[in-house]
Order: sequence, then C-alpha cells, then structure tokens
Amino acid sequence: MTMREKIEDAAARYPDQRSAIMPALLIAQKEHGHLPGPVLEEVADILGVERIWVYELATFYTLFHTEPVGMFHLQLCDNVSCMLCGSEALLTHLEMALGIKKGDTTPDRLFTLSTVECLGACEMAPVMQVGDDYHGDLDPGRIDAILERLRAEAGQAIGADLAAASPGE
Amino acid sequence: MFEPVLLKNVDVPDGHLLSTYEAGGGYQALAKVLREYTPDEVVDLVKQSNLRGRGGAGFPTGMKWGFVPKRADKPKYLCCNADEGEPGTFKDRIIMERDPHQLIEGLAVSAYAIGAETAYVYIRGEYATAIRRLEQAIAEAHEKGYLGRGVLGSDFNFAVHIHCGAGAYICGEETAMLESLEGKRAQPRLKPPFPAVAGLYASPTVINNVETLACVPHIVMRGPAWFRGIGPDKSPGPKLYCLSGQVRKPGLYELPMGIPLRELVENHAGGPLPGRRIKAVIPGGVSAPLIPEVGLEVAMDFDSLAAAGSMLGSAGVIVVDDSTCMVKVATRIIEFFHHESCGKCTPCREGLNWVVKVLRRIEAGEGAPGDLEQLEKLCKGIFGNTFCALGDGAAMGLRAALAHFRDEFVAHIEERRCPFH
Repeated sequence: MTMREKIEDAAARYPDQRSAIMPALLIAQKEHGHLPGPVLEEVADILGVERIWVYELATFYTLFHTEPVGMFHLQLCDNVSCMLCGSEALLTHLEMALGIKKGDTTPDRLFTLSTVECLGACEMAPVMQVGDDYHGDLDPGRIDAILERLRAEAGQAIGADLAAASPGE
Repeated sequence: MFEPVLLKNVDVPDGHLLSTYEAGGGYQALAKVLREYTPDEVVDLVKQSNLRGRGGAGFPTGMKWGFVPKRADKPKYLCCNADEGEPGTFKDRIIMERDPHQLIEGLAVSAYAIGAETAYVYIRGEYATAIRRLEQAIAEAHEKGYLGRGVLGSDFNFAVHIHCGAGAYICGEETAMLESLEGKRAQPRLKPPFPAVAGLYASPTVINNVETLACVPHIVMRGPAWFRGIGPDKSPGPKLYCLSGQVRKPGLYELPMGIPLRELVENHAGGPLPGRRIKAVIPGGVSAPLIPEVGLEVAMDFDSLAAAGSMLGSAGVIVVDDSTCMVKVATRIIEFFHHESCGKCTPCREGLNWVVKVLRRIEAGEGAPGDLEQLEKLCKGIFGNTFCALGDGAAMGLRAALAHFRDEFVAHIEERRCPFH
C-alpha cells in the first residue's frame, strides 16, 4: 500500500478526519524516518484537514520527530525504576561507546541517543527501546552486544542497498 | 495459594492466541450475557461486584456505566485507556501482549452493557508488541464472530479499533485522552460535562482501564459475590501489582486487593537486595506519595492507602533502598511531571518548572536556607489549583518526600553536597 492508501485506510476507523491525524503521522514517520514540513503538509492534504492541526500534533507528542534521527534511535529509560537499577551509569557507558552526548546523533547517522520517560517495562529495568524492540535487564556488556548487532545489521542493509543500486555487476 | 485469574494465561505458551483463550473458557462470558442478560442486568452485576477502576482513581465501574443516558440520539462509545504511562506500571502491557483476548472479551461485554457499538483502545505508541498482538487478536475474534455485525448470532454489533498514542503521559487523564482521540493536543477538559454524558465527539462515552475491563468477564462467569469475597468489601477483587526498583524479584503479581504492602514486597517480591534495607516504597506509581519503611503494614486497597495519605493509583510499587538519595528520587519524579505537564494551566506548567530548579540545586549541593520553605510554598500554589490531577500528584509526592525525609534535604543544604555521593 502507498502512504496515502495506508492513511486513508486508518481514517476509515473514525467518524471525523481530524482523529486520523495521529495515526497518519505515525504512518508518515515510518515511511520517511521523520516529519519535515513538506511531509506534514502532505498529511494535511491527504486528510483534507487544516495544516495547523497537523503541525500542533507533530510538535506536542514526544514520539513525533520533526528533525532527522539516526537509523537506530536508542531510547534509554531514566525514570525512577530504571534510575534505581543503574540507568545513569548506562547512559555514561552509551555516551562513551558512541562518542556522543544524549540528544545527539553519531556523524555516520547510525545512532541517535535519547533518554525517555517510563517505557512501562520496569520489571526488566533498566530498559532501552530501539525501534520497536525493548531490551531489558541491561548492563554495559549487554549494551555492547546490542550495539555490535545493530552495527552488523546496518552493514548488511547498506550492503544490500549498494547491491540493489548496481545490478548487472 | 491465591489462584490467579487475570494472569491465568500469561505464562502459557501461545497465551495470546484465540485457541488458547477458548480452551481456557474464553468468550463464554460474552456468550452468556448475550444469551441470558439484558444490558441493565450486566451493569447491575458489575455494580454488585463493587469493581473499582484499576487505572488509578478507583471510581466504581458499575456506577460510571450507570451515568450513561439510556436514550441518546448519538452513538455511544467505549474507550479503553491503555496508555499506561504512570512510571512503575506495566500490568496493562503484559495483559495485552500475552492475553489480548481477555481484554477484547471485557470490551465486548462492557460495550453490550452500556449500549456502545464502537470501542477505541488508546494504547501507547511505544508498546509495539502489545499493539501487534492486539491487532492479531481483533482479527481472530472478528473471524470467529466475537466481533463484528451480529456478535454470536445476536443483534449486538461491535467493532474494536486501536488508536496509537504518541508519547504523552497526560493521555492517562480521561478527558485529555478524548481530546487526543479527536486529533487534538492532549489537554484535559473542564468537567462537567462528564464523558458519560458528553465525551468522545460529544457523545456518551465510558473510559475504562485495561485491567478493569479484564475483570468484567470473570465477574460474569464467577458472579459478583466471588469478586466481593476477595479482599475488602468496599475495594475488592483480584489485583495486579507491578513490583520494580531495588527489590530482589521485580515482576507482575496477581494477589488479593488489600494485601499488606510489607507482605507484597518482602514475601512475594523477595525483599530488598542483599545487604540493603528498604527505605521507602512508592505504592501506586510516582503520583502516589511514598510510604516510609515504618508504614509498610498498610493494606493495598483504595481506602486504606488513602487513609495513610497515599493512594493505590496504578499499583506500580517502586521499592527504594537505603543506598539511594531521596532528594534525587524526588527530583527525578518532579522532572518527569514537569516534562509531561501539558502546559494548559499555569500552576502546573510554571510551578513545576520552578520546583525542578530548586530541587536540582539542592541535589547539586547549591541549595540555600529557605529553599525547603520555598518548595512548600510552591506545592501549596499547585495543589488543588490545576485542571487535572497531574499537578496534584506532583505536589503530593514532593510533600511526602519532604515530610518523611526532611533530614536528607537539610543535609544537602547544610553540607553543600549530596551525602550519598
């Protein structure tokens, strides 16, 4: 399905198109990685709603990114339960391992590092979300293993892109 | 040994599949109400059970349903609050990931009772696995006729839609959630009108938490007397407790409502980590004022915790031990509320900003004499002066930390450093 079809499909669940802005933004963000102005305008046009309605949601809710994020968004929970289980030391470890501060993206655009409020998985604190996946019971060793796996995944993805870009070879 | 009801399928392999749910007697409550009960009779059953909302406020569920007008010229809606954001809480995620049909059956029975044909499950966007499992479960239920037109051959039509949140704690407040569902910024509405009269799209709307809805099929099958027989009569039923923090066995526990907090933490969750002692416990998510170690005999139910100056809230039980600085815990909690303040009303938006600044400087050893009085003054300015309970929760939490651990705050100011560093 195209982005437009997905958004129209989601909009059919509501009696009012305005309700579909949030699902539409989630769909658009999955498609584009983040939500720059032109994408917000496209969403408004598909739904036939005021652009300001779309802008105000894109800037109110934490999960929407109007600025680009890395291929992997590392979201470490630093709320109370995770803090009590050592999330601060893990943040320092991540900053050292990636050579960036929280809120930043690595120069190769592979990783963005953020701290987030409670992920609702405190039974496995400390917890980090990467994409759709939760990683719990973290310690520095596990974090290193996750980073290694993500780097390998990125290498494969880039390799596949290169192969696709040069058929016939 | 207490027989788990809500978590019966959670550790069963493939507990999320319809076949598992049906094998354990699933969807029999839905069949029973459609066959034997009028909607009003279902409302009465829930009233008789004394079920109170598991989202945090503890409002009697049957009474809430009873507020929905019998006749309405607009469609009625059922909304499920699955935007589990209260720090320390993870019960609804586990139900949706591992036993989503329990929620769907709860939705169907409840919608039948209030006369709704459409339900929206507002689920936080981070819960990707729960969203996927619930989507699959809805499709399965639809195929088997538990959802859709003419549910199980009756004249009850019912559709369930998932609405993904996008990261706003305030959506746990029911009117903010309705605003969000309508495609607006999640900011609480002034009440009245209450949602039962004018909620989603100004239609009669009931908003219930995941765990609350999950209780409903069990009440139908086992009867309201069974439910009331568990725990205190005014606050009964099986209850999910989320244990986390500095405790040996963090996890989700299903036990009777009213279990003493000490028994929950020390017997079930294994007590403090080796060599440590419990200093305080937050009993119901960070909105619930902490309870110092000496107060752990309190019973975990709505009324007992309220009498003890705290609240059951979402039953997110966070254990804090003697290695931890309470100023740091309080600062982190207020930083959270400050971040999540929706910005609608001044006492919460500006007051919490100020509180965070004062707390951060105390924790950094830069506090000044008079800072604690300043914090108390700010709490007074926030508490009771806001649209919703977010500001109240922040002020109550800080007041409790100041009341019970004032010496730690004073030590930071006098020693000009954090004594725990």
